Formats: sequence, C-alpha cells, structure tokens
Amino acid sequence: MVFLFLLATPLLGALTLAFFGARRWAPEANAAFSLGTFVAACALTARVVGEGNLSAAHEQFFIDPFNVFLVTLTAFVSLTTALFSRPYMRIEREHGRVKPVQLRLYHSMYQVFIAAMLIALTTNNMGLMWVAMEAATLSTVLLVTLYRTPASLEAGWKYFILCGVGIAQALFGTILLYFAAEKVLGAEGMSALLWTHLNEVKGQLEPTVLSLAFVFLLVGYGTKVGLAPLHNWLPDAHAEGPTPISAVLSGLLLNVAIYAVVRCKVLVEGSLHSPLPSRMLMGFGLVSVVLAAFFLWRQRDIKRLFAYSSIEHMGIITFAFGMGGAVANFAALLHMTVHSLTKSAIFFAVGHAAQKAGTQVMDDIRGLITLSPTVGWGLMLGTLAILGLPPFGVFASEFLILTTAMREQPWATPILLLALGVAFAAIFRRVQPMVFGETTARRLPHPPALLPVFAHLGLVLVLGLFIPSYLADWFRLAAKLIAGV
Amino acid sequence: MSNLTFDLQLLNTFAALLLLSSFAMLSQRRVVTMVNLLAFQGVLLGLATLLLGWRTGNTHLYVSAVMTLALKALFLPWLLHRLIRRLNVYWDSEPLLNISATMLVGLLVVIFAFGLAQPIAALATTSTRSSIGIAVAVVLLAFLTMITRRKAMSQVVGFLSMENGLFFGAMSATYGMPMIIELGVALDILVAMLVLGVFFFQIREQFDSLDLHHLESLKEEK
Repeated sequence: MVFLFLLATPLLGALTLAFFGARRWAPEANAAFSLGTFVAACALTARVVGEGNLSAAHEQFFIDPFNVFLVTLTAFVSLTTALFSRPYMRIEREHGRVKPVQLRLYHSMYQVFIAAMLIALTTNNMGLMWVAMEAATLSTVLLVTLYRTPASLEAGWKYFILCGVGIAQALFGTILLYFAAEKVLGAEGMSALLWTHLNEVKGQLEPTVLSLAFVFLLVGYGTKVGLAPLHNWLPDAHAEGPTPISAVLSGLLLNVAIYAVVRCKVLVEGSLHSPLPSRMLMGFGLVSVVLAAFFLWRQRDIKRLFAYSSIEHMGIITFAFGMGGAVANFAALLHMTVHSLTKSAIFFAVGHAAQKAGTQVMDDIRGLITLSPTVGWGLMLGTLAILGLPPFGVFASEFLILTTAMREQPWATPILLLALGVAFAAIFRRVQPMVFGETTARRLPHPPALLPVFAHLGLVLVLGLFIPSYLADWFRLAAKLIAGV
Repeated sequence: MSNLTFDLQLLNTFAALLLLSSFAMLSQRRVVTMVNLLAFQGVLLGLATLLLGWRTGNTHLYVSAVMTLALKALFLPWLLHRLIRRLNVYWDSEPLLNISATMLVGLLVVIFAFGLAQPIAALATTSTRSSIGIAVAVVLLAFLTMITRRKAMSQVVGFLSMENGLFFGAMSATYGMPMIIELGVALDILVAMLVLGVFFFQIREQFDSLDLHHLESLKEEK
C-alpha cells in the first residue's frame, strides 16, 4: 500500500502538472507532490526497518537494504530540488528564457523522471529495470533542450543518441541474462528475469554467457553512469539544461545507473567465480577518475566543471564497488550518498550564481560573496565538501576508499591520489575568484532558495562527523548483500 | 539440408533477408529508401515471429507478431516518412567512409558477429539458434550505419534497425522475452520516436537543416 503510494504520487503529479504546469501555483504543486513521494519513501523505510525485506505485485517489486536507502535519498533530493526549482524557474520566466508551455513540460517531465527512477530502483525485474532506465532518459531529453538554444539542442541530441545506443547494449545484455537464466529457471512466468530468483541460482548460470552479458550490461548502463570513455553526453547535458535538471541528473540518475551496474555485478560474480567483473569495474573507474581530473583543467563553463567532477566521483564509486568486500562497498554506498547531497547542493548554488552573473562562463562570474554572501558561501562550502576536505562526509568516504585501496590494490592508490590532487587544484583555482573579489553580479527578481543548499551541506557535515547507527547498520547490510555474503 | 523442415527453411530465409537488408541500408544514401528497408525489416520480423508462433504454438508470439507488424512495419515508417516530407531531408550527404570501404568493414563485422554468437548458439536449445549470429550481425551493422552517417535521420533509422536486430536475437535465442517486457520495450521505442519528432522540429527551427555538423560546437575548450 505504501509502495503503491510511492509510485503513484509522482505519476499523478506528472498527469496533473501536464495540464496545470504553467499556473502560478505549479511550482508549489510540484514541490507538494515531491513531498508526498518523500513521505511515502520514509514510511516505506520505516516498514523495511521494522519488518525486513518487502516484495510487492507478485515479486515484480522488492525492497532490500540496498535499494531502500537509495529510494529515500532519491525522494529527498527530488524534494529539495523541487523547492530550489520554485524560485529558480520563476526567475527564468521573468528573464524570458522559458514560456508557459515549456514550464508545463518541465514540471510534468520532472515528475515522470522521478517516477521512472523510483521504478528502476525498486523493481525486481531486470527487464522492467531496463524499461524504466530508458524512460528516465526519454523524460529528460526534452528538458535538456528546454531553452531551445543551439548548444542545448546539440546536448540533447548527443544525450538521446549516445544513451539510446548505450541502453540498447544493456538490452542485449538483459536478453543474454534471460537466455542464461531460462535454462535454469524455465520460461514459465517471469521467474527468469527476477533478480531475487536469479540471485538464488546464480551459481548455476552459464559463465560464458554471463560474462558476455556483463560486458554489454556494463557498457550499456555504464554509458548512463558517465564512465569514461562513454561519458561524452554527460557534461553537455548537465551544462545546457536548466540547473534543477543538472542537479537531479548528477545527484540521482547517475546513482540509479550505478545501482543497475552493481545489481548485475552481484549476479555475474556469483556465476563466474573469477575477478573479471571486479577488474572491469576497477578499470573503468580509474580511467574515469584520471580522465575527468585532467579535463577539469580545461573547463570554462561552471556547470561543465562540476559535471566533470561528477564523472570523477562516479569513477571513484565504480572503483570502490570493483574492489568489493564489505568495507569498500560500505565506503562506496556512503560516497554515493554524500556525493549526491553535495553535488546537488553545489548545483543549486551554481544555478543562482549563474543567474546573478547572467552567464555560466567562469571568467565572468566574480565576487559572489559581496552581493550575496549566502550564495557565495554555499558555493564555497559545497566546493570544499566535494573536494574531500574534512570534516565533510566526502572526506570520510574517500578516506575509507583510499585506505582499502592501499591494502587491497596498492598499485591503484598513487593514481587515485594524483587524480584527486589534480582535481582539487583544478576546481579550487576556479571557484576561489568566483566567490571572492570584485563583484559583477546583479539582483534577482525573486529571493534565491538557499535552504536546500545548506540543508544538504549540513547533512554531509553530519555524515562526516558521525554516521547514525541505524544508517551504518543499513549500509553494512547493503554492503554485505552486494559482496554476496 | 534435407533434414530441415519447410518452415524452418522459411525462417532461415527470413533471417538471410534481414541480413541482406542491413547491408542494403549500410550502402544506401537515400533516406527514403533507408526507411523503406526498415519497414521491410519490420515485415520480415513480424512474419518470422508469426511463423515461430505457429511452429511452437506459443500464443504470446502471435501477439508479439501483430505488435511488430503494427509498430515496426507500419507506424514507425509512416512517422519517419512524414517527418522526411515535412522536414525535406531526402538525401544523406557523403558518408564519412566511402561505400565500398564501409561494405568491407561490414563483412568483417559479420564474421566477428558470428564469432561472438558462437558460445550463445552452442548453448541454445531453440530450433532457430542458427539465426543468433545473424541477429548479432544486424545489431553491429546497424551500429556501423550510425557511425558512418552524418544526418540525424539516417542515424535514427540505424538506431531502429539495431533494435530490430536485438528483437530478432531475443526471438531466436529464447523465443522472445516475456510479454510485459516486450510491451515495455515497444512503448519506450514509440515514445522515443515521438520525442524525436518534436526534437527534429526544434533542430530545424534553430539551424534550418538536420545535418549533424551543426551539432559539433560543444567541444572541450583549450
């Protein structure tokens, strides 16, 4: 029942906002629907904590510790993003960048996007997961092109075609998985696609087919994660769309894609008994971290800068999941959480900063702190947090990942450290003059929404100082589940 | 091949024609013809599914066949033809690689595809397992088509042809995915094409053309 509420709220929201998305109260309605989703997610979490794993609709959906925390995180960030988008989209409207019909599209697709991600997270059916991932892409394509500028159309086209081809590979991988599973579980009903059933018989699945399937699944979902060299769409899509969309793409969609990769990895690893999947994840992860760190130096657009930073962090997470083991998985889950919170907070601050400066080019944004101390400090603190300075949560997770790497994959540690150092310098030298110095900023017609920024950063700070025991238990359970113990 | 029954021979013929149409698509510069080839692939797929449904007595294959014919042989080609007329994009420009070189690469791709499909076909128990290689080849050839084209419309045709290959692969290896998944995939494809229609008009409004070299300005700045 709670579960139905969780999925029905955003869908109902999408339908309502498709008709009334341009009304004066539409941004509030958008936030209200997101609030409903968040409440449902919290109730669901409470039930899972109380009663253990749940399954619904003839096992088509299931909730375990791994996805329940992602569901809550997704619902929470989508709520705060909806709150941020309220003044942001109003300002865009007054600046004449969006028309009422585009606002309707925006609000409606925002809810569809959230619903698609929640379905991808909660479904037990690998096929349905694919369908939901594709739906999440499709719902955001027209949001990336919302401003109809040449650059945004290019970004949208790249996003559409690259993710389309990528996700087609994932479909092939899913077909191969089904093919292997059908031998063991039979073609009756949908058993051969249900993750829980697959997980039970993973030892009997044909290894050659599964390794082939994993290559396709990793390339397919990896395109959506933004793993190098499949990352080309990501900076463009993040930079050219409206900022609330950048925040949810970076903070949520990438997480959901990683989730899909990890679910597949658990199955394949159980069948193969070889380090192949782990090595592939570590390889893709490291390449992404290094490539992103060096690309960071060449950025001039502030949203592109932080998009590359997302690629870097996705690389770190993928690497950590590749190392496997309870500690690395725990660290990866923690990193997913803190990255999602921090990066969306940064995008909120960046969105208002770009509106104030009237540009996204970093050289033209100066002295945010004089005109609007809160936006300036939000950006500065967010940047420090994402760069992994203590006492923020990113430090804790990166520290855990690095120490595990030192123990288990010592060769990778210097590479990781070097890349983190390069990224630090690249981002900090850009952000520092934007925040301090002479100002060029203007006043905005609506007060910026900074509550979400500081709420997120506060949470990240808390996670850096101490992790509440129930959260730690939860991460530990999920980490064990992924490690296949 | 005397031990093959007539219907199985017919299925193999369909598979061969599917591969042939992929090659034709690879070499074709007229966008309208590419769409016609895509429709032809849709018809082949639909008929193959129908035949397989009759052979195995699997009712869900009948539904699947009807859906394939309606969507892939009729609706999508109709939509694409309409877009081509409205947007006036009949020809693709010179492909990035000349036609004969592309065909040679295509041949290598087919050999690679059969190699790739070998372990899968060896394990399959379906009577259509010999076509798995062809399905993989169709997917890879469609991929090649997408890489070598410059016009947005030809890339989309390539994308749909890739989806046809995947569908055929699923059918030959496992007699099709469960119904609800096939429905979901078909729905996604349908929505993708509708989104694309909107998208094309936006591109045209902005650039007066669907040539993708307009869409190459977002590069890394020094």
